[in-house]
Amino acid sequence: MNPSLSLSAQALKKPQINRARLLRSALPGLSLALLLVAIFIIQPRAISYMGMNLMLNLAVPIALATIAQMLIITVNDLDLSLGSFISFVACVAATLLNEHPLLGCLALLACIAVYALIGALIHTRNLPSIVVTLGMSFIWMGGAVLLLPAPGGSAPHWLQSLVRIKTPWLPFAIIVCIVLALLVHAFLMRSPLGVVLRGAGGNPLAVAKAGWSLLRIKVSLYALAGSFGVLAGLFLVGLTTSADATIALRYTLLSIAGVILGGGEFVGGRVSPIGAVLGALTLVLAGSLLSFMRISPDWQIGAQGAILILVLALRAAVNRLETRPL
Amino acid sequence: MTFPNPALVTFTGTGKSFGAVRALSEVNLSFHRGECLGLIGHNGAGKSTLMQVLAGTLSADCGVLHLARHEVRSSYNVQMARQHGIRCVFQELSLCPNLSVAENLRLMSPAIRGWGWRRQAKALIDASLDEIFPGHGIAADDIVAELPIGKRQMVEIARAFVQVDERLELVILDEPTSSLDARVAEQLLGFVRRFVAGGGSVVLISHILGEMLATCDRIAVMRDGRIVEIRPAGDFSHVSLVECMGSAAKEAVQQQAFVSRREGKAAVVEQRPARQVDGQTVKAHTGEIVGLAGLAGHGQSQLLIQVLRQRITRGQGAALVAGDRQTDGVFPLWSIAENITISSLADLKRGALIDPQAERAMAGQWQARMGIRTPDMDNPILSLSGGNQQKALFARALASRNDLILMDDPMRGVDVGTKREVYSIIAQEAAKGRTFIWYTTELEELDYCDHIYVFRDGQVVLDLPRNELSEEQILRCSFEEQPA
Repeated sequence: MNPSLSLSAQALKKPQINRARLLRSALPGLSLALLLVAIFIIQPRAISYMGMNLMLNLAVPIALATIAQMLIITVNDLDLSLGSFISFVACVAATLLNEHPLLGCLALLACIAVYALIGALIHTRNLPSIVVTLGMSFIWMGGAVLLLPAPGGSAPHWLQSLVRIKTPWLPFAIIVCIVLALLVHAFLMRSPLGVVLRGAGGNPLAVAKAGWSLLRIKVSLYALAGSFGVLAGLFLVGLTTSADATIALRYTLLSIAGVILGGGEFVGGRVSPIGAVLGALTLVLAGSLLSFMRISPDWQIGAQGAILILVLALRAAVNRLETRPL
Repeated sequence: MTFPNPALVTFTGTGKSFGAVRALSEVNLSFHRGECLGLIGHNGAGKSTLMQVLAGTLSADCGVLHLARHEVRSSYNVQMARQHGIRCVFQELSLCPNLSVAENLRLMSPAIRGWGWRRQAKALIDASLDEIFPGHGIAADDIVAELPIGKRQMVEIARAFVQVDERLELVILDEPTSSLDARVAEQLLGFVRRFVAGGGSVVLISHILGEMLATCDRIAVMRDGRIVEIRPAGDFSHVSLVECMGSAAKEAVQQQAFVSRREGKAAVVEQRPARQVDGQTVKAHTGEIVGLAGLAGHGQSQLLIQVLRQRITRGQGAALVAGDRQTDGVFPLWSIAENITISSLADLKRGALIDPQAERAMAGQWQARMGIRTPDMDNPILSLSGGNQQKALFARALASRNDLILMDDPMRGVDVGTKREVYSIIAQEAAKGRTFIWYTTELEELDYCDHIYVFRDGQVVLDLPRNELSEEQILRCSFEEQPA
């Protein structure tokens, strides 16, 4: 081959690939911006400190749940128990943690340990994560019903005041989301340990051949996911002040949708923490937009699904753009 | 040849078996500093097994391994190999596609950490790529999945030569040039010479003879799990290398007089391999057994799939006997009978439903015909030994009404007794007018074929009727004389 010809071919190909990659990683941000513009056009007063505070009130627990789900998806697994787990944590916080703080803290730590054990079980017995976590979801829900047979309980006062901090300029929820996204991004995408964790999703065999323990990788990711689940439950109950055994059931699917909206993929270790948080915010704001458009809550889940399909179709189009020049 | 220093690694009497198959026996070989050792042999000669033992991913059954002068027996593993500076670039890529080039380096070298690790990793992999492949056009930030296969191979090779606080003594390159173009392959071989001149050690496995003769200091020829010849590369020529690879004293098989079935008839199948540039096609006539030969992974399976697709779109049908039983062959949760009758369900129907009696009858008939050893055909298929599972897969193909049977190296890991039984059934069925296309990695099996096509790099390079068959000719064509 003529060397100068091949060089110029490379020079032509390169920027195109990068542009597609850039476009794909910008997609979650773009869809969120689009939503905000739409909300501003329909209801200009919503884009204010007060309005944002109201709209994004419940966004933080969903963002935390999405991060938890993303950590599981990093190693090509899926957690179907996340919603009932967060409900269980909320019930623990509204009962045990309020009445016997020490016992409550221990119970929450035990929850994280259970998550780590599930990770170990799934790895050593080579079980499908979907089956194990589906089973666990019933166990968590049963535990929640035992703790709180009827809606009630009360969140500890320190927790209630913690989640209602008034911050200048930006609402607290937005600040928490930004900090969360940047912290997890630094850990998973920039730290040397994060590389190994993501590598285990991309090519587990190669990671094992290089001398890393897949068991330890899975256990740490599951334990981390459990910790973010606990945080989500605490934040949620702080906002609602009382709990209910089914309070967060829909978080399971919301969290999965958030990860995928944020540019993550089910297999191959391709995830993005910033995207996941943006995806969670998009889902929450989509709900607000639909209420502003006076669409009845009965139709909202369907409409949310439609938004999801739209964004995924866009991403498929971008991916095609990427593969064509090769 | 004499070496002043003690050998880096020495194998003495090393052996390894997989079930009944002896992959390595009585291997004596030493690796020295400042030397590039070539390893050559046909499929299944034991090259890859030997390299896996050296890299610590497989442990030998018997024999002694000396590292420098210390004897190591059972405790040898990947970590230990790495500590002694032994690294391996395997044929199947071991990069994580979702990570960047620099991140993949970090995965391999735990020593890269702390603040600024990204900059350090980038600098290291850039330096290594620049050293081996000047003008490579790969950025350390590129995501591996977005690189074409040749560049991934370059990253993989460059990564093996990066040195951070650890020893780097010996690098195994298993078919490193298979997906590189000629210019880049030349860069790599030039670098291997420089690395060796600097006191490093390289083991090179390649199917391109010219490359081996020009790059290696010594060449070891393997056959049937043994090292049959080891000489300085200068003492070998293309011809003598090929001669060594063939089995020297091959007993004359009782050959029946060969009668070509091609006279004046149209071919049942005529297919051009997808990567063939000249007009050469693979043809099969009624009642013929056509063999596809050459080194493993050079386009034979792809041709079978091409033929299968074409037959299906034309509605003619064909039966495929898979070589990889676990992934393409058996339905692991079904019984033996169900595994056999699945391709003939249309013949077993009574009304809209399957007739259980007809199903049982068919299963019983094929059990007797193939000699499947089981007390009950309703037992799960996994209760059978590997050879008997393979017989069940043959029964599935032969029980169907298809006239064309495609076989994708079906005798992999099957014992000799079973093979003989199946060969005779294939011959009987061919005599009845069925056509077989048989991809095989074992040279002896070609004796059963009427016509042989030898593949290299996805193309047919040799087309022989049986009476002209010679092992030497097949070997010569499978191994490239000159880099492409």
